[in-house]
Amino acid sequence: MFYTLNMRIIKCENLCMSYENKTVLSELSFNVERGDFLSIVGENGSGKSTLIRGILGLKKYKGVLELNVGRNQIGYLPQQTALAEDFPVTAGEIVLCGCLNDMGLFPFYKKKHRETAIDALKKMRVLELEKRRFCELSGGQKQRVLIARAICAAKELLLLDEPATGLDLAVRNELYELISSLNKNDGLTVVMISHDMEGVLANSDKILHVSAISKAAEAVNSDKTLENGSTKNKGGFFGTVAEYIKTPIFMEMGCNNVP
Amino acid sequence: MFHETVQMFSYDFFVYAFIAGIFISLSASLLGVNLVLKRYSMIGDGLAHVGFGAFALTAAINPLPTWVALPIVGIAAVLLLRVRKSSKIKGDALIAVISSGSLAAGLILLTAFEVTNDINRYMFGSIFALEKSDVIISAVCSLIIIALYLIFYNRILLVTIDEDYAHASGINVSKYNTLIAVLTAVIIVLGMRLMGALLISGLVIFPPLSSMRVFGGFKKAVFCSALISVTCFTAGLFFTFYYSLPPGACILMMNLLVFILFTLVGKIRQRG
Repeated sequence: MFYTLNMRIIKCENLCMSYENKTVLSELSFNVERGDFLSIVGENGSGKSTLIRGILGLKKYKGVLELNVGRNQIGYLPQQTALAEDFPVTAGEIVLCGCLNDMGLFPFYKKKHRETAIDALKKMRVLELEKRRFCELSGGQKQRVLIARAICAAKELLLLDEPATGLDLAVRNELYELISSLNKNDGLTVVMISHDMEGVLANSDKILHVSAISKAAEAVNSDKTLENGSTKNKGGFFGTVAEYIKTPIFMEMGCNNVP
Repeated sequence: MFHETVQMFSYDFFVYAFIAGIFISLSASLLGVNLVLKRYSMIGDGLAHVGFGAFALTAAINPLPTWVALPIVGIAAVLLLRVRKSSKIKGDALIAVISSGSLAAGLILLTAFEVTNDINRYMFGSIFALEKSDVIISAVCSLIIIALYLIFYNRILLVTIDEDYAHASGINVSKYNTLIAVLTAVIIVLGMRLMGALLISGLVIFPPLSSMRVFGGFKKAVFCSALISVTCFTAGLFFTFYYSLPPGACILMMNLLVFILFTLVGKIRQRG
């Protein structure tokens, strides 16, 4: 894998997207390199989830949005799953679905897939729920099962849409540790949407702040970013954590719990 | 009892009905799980009515074999799924429009071409009028459906429970939806000979509904659904033969009884 070390995983330039006929993202530019841990922050309705859905090809967009990994290399945690109440499906079966992208043309799961699934359930500490009906689980348990599915599927890129939702503090911290370790030790690229600023600052190495009327930052070049960022509400931000905490957007949020 | 059973199987028409029925009820129950979960239950009913229209067309113009109705119902199935997403007439209303429309067209055709004695047959089925060729077609089509279902089982599972995630992980969702639609059309057309246009959707919907009352896992639900379907068919057919009752109705009553039983078991399990 070394030869592709600095490959760009996501390239996004002048991206425009709309949600229910309302433009939520305009002229958004950022890049994700291999091995990055990028957090996407911003208020509700600013288009964070829409952006992820755009990356996955679930939503239309204008502009440049290149994804340089195959769809079968991505683990995805959706914000909410539309699983209805009466679905007869166990937590284990859901997690196994994460291995589907590794099967190729072969129709059935192999032993290694089952082991991957069990491993992911163990990592999320929900192994005992394997045989339970998914719709009977609590919100936090469901969330952990779905994260386990994403981990199973992720070979290059992990896309997490608010993974901390519904998890108590201890589990949340464990989750961050786990994601960090997947990022640092296994070399997974992580893109995470989160409202939990403390977790974001402590774990990620790059931040994309999307603003509701986003005229977001010109990537990488931090000077330029700060310039753009300083246009207050209008602006978004893209850069490293160290740069982010110096920006007016960040200071305006009144966040004092900088680690 | 034993003697009567042996005697039953000495009739060709009974053996044909038995073999074709086992195959059809088995494959119908497999697809049924997905149709129920995807909230497509009424589509089976709508397609059966389209099938009635298609049969009427083939009977009126020129008596033609079963498979002529297949492509018509297949196209209707794909259209129903496609149009459902984009049409301004929503879901159930659209199905009602199509099913009553093709029912009316079928009745007019059958009356105009004076083949009215077929109406009963198409409405309520004619399981004991199956011929050897019907049995072969039913068996071959059912085996193809079962094979495809097993091969694509895991993908169909994901597309059924979580379309968005399936799409995100690079699975061609519309391809699998089309596959399910076409297979459903096939099973509806085949099953119409057994159950008739009015009752066939019950054969597709009841077994999965019953098994879902009790079983929580997908694999178990599918397996149990198949078991219920085959058992109910066999029991229904025997009742039909012993008491000279209408076959389609008998099979469906068996399914209804199992559904009530399983609902009770599910309730007790939940409390316990």
